[in-house]
Amino acid sequence: MTRKIALVSSVVGLSLLTAACNAGSGGGAGSSSASGSGSGASGPSGESVTIGLVAEPASLDFTKNDGAAIPQVELGNIYETLVKQDQSGKIVPGLAEKWTVSPDRETYTFDLRPDVTFTGGQKLTADDVVWSINQVKSAWTIAIKAKMDPVSKAEKVGDNQVRVTLSQPSNSWLFNMTTRVGAIFSRTAADQLATKPVGTGPYAFSTWRRGDSIVLTRNEDYWGKKPYFKTVTLKYFKDPTALNNALRSKTINVIGTVQAPESLGQFPTSQYQVIEGTTNGEVVLSMNSSRAPFNDKRVRQAVRYGINHRALLDTCWAGRGQLIGSMVPPTDPWYEDLTKVTPYDQAKAKQLLQQAGKTGTTVRLRLPSLPYAQSCGPVVKSMLEQVGFKVQTDTLEFPAAWLTTVFTNSDYDLSMVSHVEPRDLPTVFGDPDYYTHFSNPQMAGLLKAADTGTPQQETASMKKAARLIADDAGADFLFLLPNLIVADKNITGLPKNAITEGFDLSTLGRS
Amino acid sequence: MLLRVLTRLGVLLASLLASSVVVFGLMAVLPGSPARVALGVNATDEAVADLEREFGLDDPLPVQYWRWITGLLRMDLGESYISRAAIAPQIADRFQVTLWLVVCAMVLAMLVAVPLGTLMAVRHRQLSGLVLSTLSQVGVSIPAFLAGILLVAVFAVGLGWLPSGGWTPPAQDPALFLQQLILPVTSLALVQAAVLARYVRSSVLEVMREDYIRTARAKGLSPMRALVRHGLRNAAIPVVTVLGLQLATLLVGAVVVERVFVIPGLGSGLLDAVANRDLLMVQDIVMLLVAAVLVVSFVVDLLYLVIDPRLRGAR
Repeated sequence: MTRKIALVSSVVGLSLLTAACNAGSGGGAGSSSASGSGSGASGPSGESVTIGLVAEPASLDFTKNDGAAIPQVELGNIYETLVKQDQSGKIVPGLAEKWTVSPDRETYTFDLRPDVTFTGGQKLTADDVVWSINQVKSAWTIAIKAKMDPVSKAEKVGDNQVRVTLSQPSNSWLFNMTTRVGAIFSRTAADQLATKPVGTGPYAFSTWRRGDSIVLTRNEDYWGKKPYFKTVTLKYFKDPTALNNALRSKTINVIGTVQAPESLGQFPTSQYQVIEGTTNGEVVLSMNSSRAPFNDKRVRQAVRYGINHRALLDTCWAGRGQLIGSMVPPTDPWYEDLTKVTPYDQAKAKQLLQQAGKTGTTVRLRLPSLPYAQSCGPVVKSMLEQVGFKVQTDTLEFPAAWLTTVFTNSDYDLSMVSHVEPRDLPTVFGDPDYYTHFSNPQMAGLLKAADTGTPQQETASMKKAARLIADDAGADFLFLLPNLIVADKNITGLPKNAITEGFDLSTLGRS
Repeated sequence: MLLRVLTRLGVLLASLLASSVVVFGLMAVLPGSPARVALGVNATDEAVADLEREFGLDDPLPVQYWRWITGLLRMDLGESYISRAAIAPQIADRFQVTLWLVVCAMVLAMLVAVPLGTLMAVRHRQLSGLVLSTLSQVGVSIPAFLAGILLVAVFAVGLGWLPSGGWTPPAQDPALFLQQLILPVTSLALVQAAVLARYVRSSVLEVMREDYIRTARAKGLSPMRALVRHGLRNAAIPVVTVLGLQLATLLVGAVVVERVFVIPGLGSGLLDAVANRDLLMVQDIVMLLVAAVLVVSFVVDLLYLVIDPRLRGAR
C-alpha cells in the first residue's frame, strides 16, 4: 500500500521538484534582529527594519492607478516633490530650495537644488520638472490629474530654474504640489513606472514580491540627510490578527496603521510604544441629499443631533480618534471645532423628524467592507433607531461593489466611508453631482474665493465653507481616523501625524 | 483498457470546457468594474469608459470569452487589469508556493494517517483503538483556519518558537523557509490526516473480513502480518480515491491558510484579485485550480487500473 501511495506522491512530487529547482529568489525580506545595536539613530547604519501595513499597492504606478497604498510607499521615499509638508502641515522647500510668487499670484518660479540625482544616476534638471508637470496633464489617467488643471504652462528658465504660469491664482495648486501630483520623475527613466520606479528620494526601489512585501534600500547618493536604515521592508497583511501576531512574534518591528484599536491591549508599554496622532481621514456618514428623506434638511439634522459621537467613538473605535463636526482635520489652517453646531440631543432629533413628517421612515445604511464601517455601522443604526428612524444595514464589498452601488449609482440613503485625500472638502462637497449630492448656492463662491484669494482670504473662506456644511447638515462627521502606530520600543522617528500621502521612512532610526 | 482511458480523457476535456464557461459567466455577473477600481474614487465616467474599452470589456461577452479561451490555449494568460503586468509569471510564482503547501500537507497527512488508521482498525475492539477513533473524529471537525489560528497563538505568539507567518523561497534561505512552512502545513494536514485515517480504518476493516485474510490467519500469521502481507494493496484502492477528492478540499483549505499565515500563494492571490476585480486574473487562477482538481482525479482513475488488476477487464 505505502508503495502505491508513494507512486501518487511521486507524480506530484516530480512536478514539485522541478518547481523547487527554479524557485525564484525574491528580494531579501530578512527581518532585522530585534536587539537594538544601541548605536543611536545618528548616521547611516547597515541595519534593516520591517514595517507591517494593510493595503498592498496594486501597481507601483500612481499615474494610472488610484489607491492610497501606492503613494504611501513611494511619496517622500522614492519620489520627491518641489515643495513638501512638514508635520504641522506647513509648506516647506523640497527639491526646490526656494520659490517666489508673482504679485498677481499667477506665476511661480522654483529654484531647484543643484546637487540632486535620480537613483538611475541621471542629474535632476529643469527639463525633468517641466516634463513631470506636463505628464500629469497629458498622460495621467486617474481623476486627481485635475489638480494640475490650473497650470497653463510650465517652462525651463535655466538649468535649475522652472517657471509655472497658472490661468488664475490657485492656493490649492501649490498645496497639491506636495502630493503625488507634484512628484518629479526622470524624463529618461519613466517607461516602467509600474514595476521599476526611479526617483530622487532617500530610498530606492529594490524588489517587490506580490502578495508579500516591498523592499526599499537606502539611496547612498541622496542629496539630503541619509536615513539610518539601509533596508526597509514593507510587509502587507490582509488580516489585522495576522498583523498583530507578526509584531508580537518579532516578524515585524512596526505596525504602520493599527486596524483594530481595541487590540492595543495586547501590546504592553514595557515592550512597545503606541503613537497616536491625526490623519486626513474624515469618517463621513454620507446622506443622499438627492432623494427623500434626506433631501429635507430637517431629516439630515435629525441624524446629526441623534448621534452621540463621543459614545460612538468609545464603543466602536476604542475612543481613539478626534471629533471634528465638519470636513476639516485639525492640521489644516482653517480648522475649528464644529462639534457644537449640532450637539447630541435626542429630543431635538425626534422633534425635527416629526416636523418633517418622517418618523418611522425606513432608510438603508450601506456599509463598505472596511473595519471602521463594520464596527461603527451597528452603533449608528441603534442610535438612529432611538430617535425614530428605521434602519436597514447591508455590507457592500469595498472597493468594487461600494464604488458601483453607492459612488457611481447613488443607490443609498446613508453610507459611511473615510475620505482620506488631503484637503478634499471641495471634492466631496463642492460638486452637486458627487455622490453626497450636497448643493448649496453659496458653496461654489466660497470655494473659488478660497482658492484665488490671499492666504488670509483662503483661511476665512474655507472656515465659512466648513461651517456651511455643518449648518446645512451636508453629512455627519463621525470622527477623524487616528494615526495609530505600534512599534518596538527602540524604534525612533516614527511620524506622529499621517497627514501626507507618503509614509516617511527617512526619519526612522533605532536607539 | 484503451477505451476506458479514452473515455476518461473525453470526460476530462468536456469538464474543462464546461467549467471554463461557468467561470467566465460568474465573472460576467460579478458587480463592480475593474476600471473603476483602478481609477479609484472620483474617477469620471468617461475615464472609466475609456479604460474599459482599452481592456476590451465593452465587447460582447462571447467575443471576450473567445479571446480569453484562445489565449489560454496559446498559454497566453493576458495582462492584469489592475497592475498591468503579465499574469503568467505571477501565477507561476504563486502556484509554486501553494504546491509546496498542498504537497507537504498531503505527504504529512499520509504519513500520519496510514499507520494511525491501520492501528485503529486492528485495535478497533480495544480501548486504545477507541481513543484514537475519537481523536480522529475531533480532528475531522477542526477547520484548517481554526487550527492555524490556534497554532499561531501557541507556537508563534505564546512560545515564540516559530514565525507567525510569511514566506521565503527555499533557494533563498532554506532554514527560514522550513520554519515558516511548519505551522501552515500542520494546520492543513491536521484535518486531512484525520479524514484519511478514518478512511484507512474502514478500508482496512473491510479487508480484514475478507476470506483471504482468514486463510492467512489460519496459516498462523498475526492479524497485522496477514494484513501487511495480503490486505493493504486492496485496502489502498478506496484510500487513493479519497486522496484525489481531498485535493480539492486541500486547495480550498490552502486559500484560507494562506490568508491566516500571510503566504503569497494562489489562494491569497485569488482573494486579492477578486477584491480588486482583476477579472482576468481571477478567471485564470480559478481555471488553473479547477484544471488541477480535474487532472488529479483523472490520474487517480488511471492509477486504479494500475493498482487493481480486477478493473482492467473490459467491464
